[in-house]
Amino acid sequence: MRKSASAIAVHGILILYTALALFPILLVIMNSFKARKAIFGSPLALPTPTTFSLIGYDRVFGDSSIVSYYLNSITVTGGTIFFTLLFGAMAAWALTEYKFRWNTLLALFLAVGIMVPIRLGSVSIIQLIVELNLINTLTALILVYTAQNLPLSIFILSEFIAQIPKDLREAGRCDGLSEYSIFFYIVLPLIRPAMATVAVFTMIPVWNDLWFPLLLAPTGGKQTITLGIQQFLGQYITDWNAVLSALSTAIIPVLILYVIFSRQLIRGLTSGAVK
Amino acid sequence: MSEVKIEKLCKSYGPVEVLKDINLTVGDGSFVVLVGPSGCGKSTLLRSIAGLEPVNSGNMTIGGRQVNDLPPAQREIAMVFQSYALYPHMDVYNNMAFGLKFAKTPKAEIEARVNEAARILQLEPLLKRRPRELSGGQRQRVAIGRAIVRKPQVFLFDEPLSNLDAALRINTRVEIAKLHKMLKATIVYVTHDQVEAMTLADKIVVMNKGRVEQAGKPLELYYKPNNLFVAGFIGSPAMNFLPAQVKKGGILALSDGQELKAALPSSCKAGDTVTLGFRPEHMTLGGAGKFALTGIIDIIERLGESGFAHVRLPSGHTVVAEVRGDPRTGSGQSAKLTFDADYLHIFNAEGQRLD
Ligand SMILES: Nc1ncnc2c1ncn2[C@@H]1O[C@H](COP(=O)(O)OP(=O)(O)OP(=O)(O)O)[C@@H](O)[C@H]1O
Ligand SMILES: [Mg+2]
Repeated sequence: MRKSASAIAVHGILILYTALALFPILLVIMNSFKARKAIFGSPLALPTPTTFSLIGYDRVFGDSSIVSYYLNSITVTGGTIFFTLLFGAMAAWALTEYKFRWNTLLALFLAVGIMVPIRLGSVSIIQLIVELNLINTLTALILVYTAQNLPLSIFILSEFIAQIPKDLREAGRCDGLSEYSIFFYIVLPLIRPAMATVAVFTMIPVWNDLWFPLLLAPTGGKQTITLGIQQFLGQYITDWNAVLSALSTAIIPVLILYVIFSRQLIRGLTSGAVK
Repeated sequence: MSEVKIEKLCKSYGPVEVLKDINLTVGDGSFVVLVGPSGCGKSTLLRSIAGLEPVNSGNMTIGGRQVNDLPPAQREIAMVFQSYALYPHMDVYNNMAFGLKFAKTPKAEIEARVNEAARILQLEPLLKRRPRELSGGQRQRVAIGRAIVRKPQVFLFDEPLSNLDAALRINTRVEIAKLHKMLKATIVYVTHDQVEAMTLADKIVVMNKGRVEQAGKPLELYYKPNNLFVAGFIGSPAMNFLPAQVKKGGILALSDGQELKAALPSSCKAGDTVTLGFRPEHMTLGGAGKFALTGIIDIIERLGESGFAHVRLPSGHTVVAEVRGDPRTGSGQSAKLTFDADYLHIFNAEGQRLD
């Protein structure tokens, strides 16, 4: 009895929290399908045949630049994930597998990178990007985000790589694999779940970020979607239909990416390698 | 020809010397077993042969080819790890084929070799399975299969059976012996298990603290151990040791005053302190051997048909003797132990065998 009571309590709290977290999202999606009047008249009501309207979506997709903002966001997020995972895993592998002189110092340096927020360096980053002639490019964003996410991903991936049995890498060496092949054919497949985790927590802040797009790529058609939506928010009038529709559709790509990665989050991939 | 020759091999981890001046020859097609207490450097020696561990000095040839500076893959060796080390993300077929693919072996050849190995090891129905879907014994066979397909000059096994249960271990041991016969392979094999060492080996190498104590045929080590360490290490239960004083006329006096008369080796002089060694299985409780010791039975461990009597001598030393059948005696009784002079081992004060 006691047990089921506490289970109910726990589930109650979780359901409450879920409802709380989902409510604003639901509200956004719901209202994106309503006419302007209905949005303000009864914001909490579901769209009815009379209030239903696709005007917001029409305006968003009618605006060709919005579509390219989507592509920008996808490119930046995808590129960041790719480079973070590739360089993160490579560095993690090097730091765990090879004993070289600056090993510990380098690991410490990276640990500091986890603790210091990259935004503190915004001014120098802008200077650097300007010097490199990369202002208003997606490359600038990908570079900065990769740098931002590398320390933590190296830290996490190192932990996982250290758990790969030493015998497996040596079996690879006996099988004639080069160090690169061992990395790509043995290590990478085995840390897939860890990489999926890193990908998920890299992806969401990057997708939602407004700070660096505003600083590094505010114009020239290189805006990301979060920045691009701002054009519907005017000082005097705001196109709420378009804003809500854009926000709703902005959820979809991250959702798809999340589904892809979360399928990789299978536990126990290494089971069976060793006794 | 795939003889392995190791000369003056030394290896240290920082200041710790792990292998000290190892000299060892593994004849073509022979089965050499490395034994020794934990931490004596068996795995390190094996891994040095494999090329997984750099050595400090010494010379190593495999099949007449110097391999000191070659990476593992070019040494034409195959290693079977204690943990099996199967690639968890590949099925059995690919586990075996993986190395060959990297060696750019033609596809048809890979298939032929893997299928051949699968047939030998009875893995055919399992080729499409992942390692995690296999039992311990099956994983073991896959690990051996992965070694076989590479057609190496030398097989290296590091305690391959230690993760298996007792019954499976015996089975697999027999399988490995058969495999050795069939493939005429040169094998270096590390084990903790006496029985494995005795039954499989053409030559046993007993190691201790990074040195080779003795290398020889199993029975040679059993009947003529070079020193106290080998005498105590080979055989189960271990050999009994008793200190003794040599007296005039070939008399050996034990510390409690009991005396034995034997034809002593010429190097034994009156007044020397020696250690006598005799194996439990060469002693009988009662009986009519030439030598006799008396003492009190502490306990008799009965294993069924045979058992072991622990007998305390007046000097306080305990001697273990094998008993057959039902000795009709027990704890607290006095007992007379007899044994044959042929099986007496005598070691000098430095622990070296006297012949
Ligand atoms: N990477 C290392 N760094 C320092 N010392 C090491 C290292 N690897 C092994 N050793 C030491 O080398 C010695 C020999 O180790 P090794 O693994 O060869 O022993 P072993 O005979 O195989 O023992 P076991 O029977 O327990 O497997 C041990 O004393 C061990 O502590
Ligand atoms: Mg070992």
